[in-house]
Parts: sequence; structure tokens; C-alpha cells
Amino acid sequence: MNEQWLGLITGIFFGALLQQGRVLRFEKQIGAMLLKDMTIMKFMMSAILVGVVGVHLAVAAGLAQLSPKATQVGANVVGGLLFGLGWAVMGFCPGTSVGAVAEGRWHALFAIAGMLAGAALYAEAYAYLQKNLLAVGNLGKLTLPGVLGVGAWAVIPILVAVFILVFVFFEKKGL
Amino acid sequence: MRINWRPYIAGALVGVLATVSVVVTTKTLGKTQFLGASTTFVRGAGFIEQTVEPQHVKTNPYFIKEKVKLDWQFMLVVGIFIGALAAALIDGSFKLEAVPPVWRERFGGSVGLRAAGAFVGGIVAMFGARLADGCPSGHGLSGLMQLSVSGFISLACFFGAGVVTAALVYGGKGGVR
Repeated sequence: MNEQWLGLITGIFFGALLQQGRVLRFEKQIGAMLLKDMTIMKFMMSAILVGVVGVHLAVAAGLAQLSPKATQVGANVVGGLLFGLGWAVMGFCPGTSVGAVAEGRWHALFAIAGMLAGAALYAEAYAYLQKNLLAVGNLGKLTLPGVLGVGAWAVIPILVAVFILVFVFFEKKGL
Repeated sequence: MRINWRPYIAGALVGVLATVSVVVTTKTLGKTQFLGASTTFVRGAGFIEQTVEPQHVKTNPYFIKEKVKLDWQFMLVVGIFIGALAAALIDGSFKLEAVPPVWRERFGGSVGLRAAGAFVGGIVAMFGARLADGCPSGHGLSGLMQLSVSGFISLACFFGAGVVTAALVYGGKGGVR
């Protein structure tokens, strides 16, 4: 099967799960940012909890390679903060905006148009940013176990335990 | 305590999907693919710009770096649309909405104002996502699944700025309870 078909089929499952998790909706995204409805956190953390075990098992079995994004502290922090600012106003993230339109929330079309414009703007700014912000704190492809000097399986159980405690907290508080 | 298991189950299945996907893409494509979405917007912008200024897209260093092509992730994003549409139609949760209730409560029912907010928010968010080199899918889901340091830093910043901005925009007096 070729790359495009494989992407499409994976996306169909991903889209159906995003929709069934009810995370495509503006009120769920804003609800999490207002710390009132943690649906998207529960969804994301459950995906990470299963995925961190699954991906590392696949890597251990030699069936996949890790491909972590490079840590660029300046760009990660400034870009991350800008993303959060825009995310709260837009009420969607890039993946969910497309699914939100599919659910009938057609105002997400304006979010998609804005994001295409933002990507075009970034393409123009890239050459300039490369010389400054993108060069700040370039630490390469770091993983948490690598930084701590331990194996992945020393970190994974701790992450899983912390996530489960957070889930218990959310449910106790009715979030 | 009544627990709504829906987000947990759907999320856990995304974890299974991500795992199956890394194994299948490694085997069939020779390159491990992780879930992500925001690079597709760069390619989308590239496709649109190509129709008017093909030479500019060909020489722009960022378009050269990210390659304007219909790749695995682009089709993943197309698939998100199809999958979400099918699921929403099957369970009857498809609903046409121009202004979400939370927005309406704070800013009223103007479609134009909501469109402007979504558009401007989209510009800022995508500029940030490209600068950070990922969005909640690429940095959040895939980054944390790989225990990537950039994922932890970026996700903390996404949420930190999101929480502060949401409190300022929708919170306070007359805002959302």
C-alpha cells in the first residue's frame, strides 16, 4: 500500500476517534483552558498513556524507530506560547479544526483559513528567524530518559502512574 | 461517582492507532510516521501559493525544507475530515453551527466577529505551531509518546498560554461560569 492511502486510512480512524471522544468541539477545547471540563486532557493523556507503552514496545521489538523533534528551547517556548494564545481565541487546534468542520461546526473554516495564512506568513519569516530565535537553545533530539541517563522503562511507569493519579483527581473534582 | 468513559476509551484507542501506525509505516514505507497535523497547513499554503507564484514557492527555504507535496500526513488530515464526518453522521451528532454557545455568551451571535476571531486566532496559532515545530498532535500526542523533551516544553507552553488567554477572553464577569 502506498504512503497516501496509508495516511488516509489512518486519518479516517483518527478522525472518527476524535469525533467520538467529543474533543473536536470549541466548548471542549475552551473548557479545558478554563480548567472546567477536562475532556480533551483525558483524551490526550489516555492516548499518550497507551501510546507511550505501545511505541516503546514496538521500538524494543525493532519494529519502529523513535523520531523525536529537536529541542529548540527558544522556538519551543515562544512558538508554544504564541500557539496557546491563538488556540484560545480560535478554539481549535490544527487537527481538530478539520474534524470540527466535518461535524458541522463550519465556523472552523475561518480557523483553517487563518492557519493557512499563518503558515504562509511563517514561510516568509523562516529565513530571518533561522538567524536568531531558531538558533537559541538548540539541544538536538532529546528525550527525557536520555537527559536523565536512564532507560525509557524507568520513566514510563512513573508517567503512567502520574497520569492515572491526574485522572482520579479529574473524576473526584467532576472536571 | 459516575464516570464518563468516552474520552478515556476514544483516547486509549488513539494510543493503539498510533502504535499500529508506527509499526505499519516502518514496515511498508521504511520510515516511522507519527501522528501530526500542522505541517500539512504549510503544504496547503504552498499548494495555494503555487497557483499564483510557483517560482516563489520553489525558492522559499521553508517550503523547500517541508516539501510541498501530498504526503502521508496531508492524507491523514484529509482522513480526519472523512472519519469525523462519518462518525458524526452515524451517531447523529452532526450539527451546523456558525457561532459556538460559549463564544455567543461572551461576544454575542455575530457570525462576522466569530469568523474574525477564528481567522486571527488561526494566524497566531499556526505561526506559533510552526515556530515550535509542532501542534498538540505532533508535540503533544506524538512527542509525549516518545518522551521527547521538546514535546513536554511545547505542550506546557500551549496550555500555559491557553489557560491565561482563555481566562482573559472568556472568563471574568459575565463570562462563562
